[in-house]
Amino acid sequence: MNGVFDLAGTDGVGPVIVPEEEPVFRAEWEKAVFPMFAMCFRAGFFGVDQFRHGIELIDPAVYLKSPYYEHWVHTVEHFGEKLGKLDMAELDRRTEHYLANPDAPLPEHADDPELLAFVEAVVPSGAPARRPSDKVARFKVGDIVRVDRSAPRGHTRRARYVRGAIGEVVLHHGPMIYPDTAGNGLGENPEHVYTLRFTNEELWGAEHAEPNGSVYVDVWDPYIELVTPVSANAEGAVA
Amino acid sequence: MSAKIRTQEEIAARVKALESMLIEQGIMTTQAIDRMVEIYEHEVGPQLGAKVVAKAWSDPQFKARLVEDASEACKELGISGLQGEDMVVVENTDTVHNIIVCTLCSCYPWPVLGLPPNWYKDPQYRAAITREPRKVLGDSFDFTVPEDVEVRVWDSSSEMRYWVLPQRPAGTQGWSEEQLADLVTRDSMIGVGPVAAAAS
Repeated sequence: MNGVFDLAGTDGVGPVIVPEEEPVFRAEWEKAVFPMFAMCFRAGFFGVDQFRHGIELIDPAVYLKSPYYEHWVHTVEHFGEKLGKLDMAELDRRTEHYLANPDAPLPEHADDPELLAFVEAVVPSGAPARRPSDKVARFKVGDIVRVDRSAPRGHTRRARYVRGAIGEVVLHHGPMIYPDTAGNGLGENPEHVYTLRFTNEELWGAEHAEPNGSVYVDVWDPYIELVTPVSANAEGAVA
Repeated sequence: MSAKIRTQEEIAARVKALESMLIEQGIMTTQAIDRMVEIYEHEVGPQLGAKVVAKAWSDPQFKARLVEDASEACKELGISGLQGEDMVVVENTDTVHNIIVCTLCSCYPWPVLGLPPNWYKDPQYRAAITREPRKVLGDSFDFTVPEDVEVRVWDSSSEMRYWVLPQRPAGTQGWSEEQLADLVTRDSMIGVGPVAAAAS
């Protein structure tokens, strides 16, 4: 989908503000939200691509103005409601309760050794996106390609600033989960991933581009079409 | 676009309400929450990436393995995991300076850098760093890349996680890996700042 989260090249949002020092979590509530990603993933709320799409669906004004971890609250709520795991009226009722009584306790509950073991295991092992696939990579390192211009309405990782732009394949990473299906609840459908190199001039126009620079962006096989194969480039170089 | 911007108090109440419901369903426990927070506050952070960089500066064979396959090389040092399942190290040289970003969300190599600083996730950095990286470095990080050095910005749009191998500073011959690691800043591995200078 085309949305404000797709920020590359957006002008007028102000300078990058870098504080001298900053804690990992700026508020107690951030500490409760951060583990929700891993634990709700374990509970079957979403995969990482769906999780991102839930964030993309946030009201654009809220997206730009709210603290980062509040985005995670929205996507957990989105999928919790969608899957029938969260009663939103009850959530609103409890929100009022904790707003009026910020120090009211959380529900009494027992520890869960299996959940703790999950945390200890998943942090160092991760959740790889690589998948085996019989699909043949359509592109080679050195190919010159163009990114598809189309603007899908669901989740995609095809950022607007590279759509229609021409770049060179510089790395081939192999097949990985395809966000354009996985992020829309349509299955993993692994596709080959490549890194493309774009010159600044190609992305922003010679008049507006910073000199002596380039941008590297990852794409999945269906995002791109061949402009000039590497074989033709090599021949051209010889000629 | 009718939603209102919540105050910190309103967000805190919302989160506590959500947390209470997830706890009742057995999806979260405060014990597991506390442990996960502890890991990313105290155990997984940029000191791990600094260790990898210092080893790469000291051991050319390790550096070759790191550049070939960063995730595998990091495992040699016991460093791996969430949001770094497939890492790529991009090396700064006399002619190339690298910077990382995630313009679509907040992708960042957690196993070596920890959780990202807020400016990395905020709209401003994500908006500007691909368009005018030299200006962003100068204006917000007081850091200048020479004009004859190419600036390469890596936008982490897939599950590949990029991070920067900065250049070893001059005057550090014979230094131990521990001494070298102390020079490696988080910002130097993002590409928005220098490594610390060797004290003479």
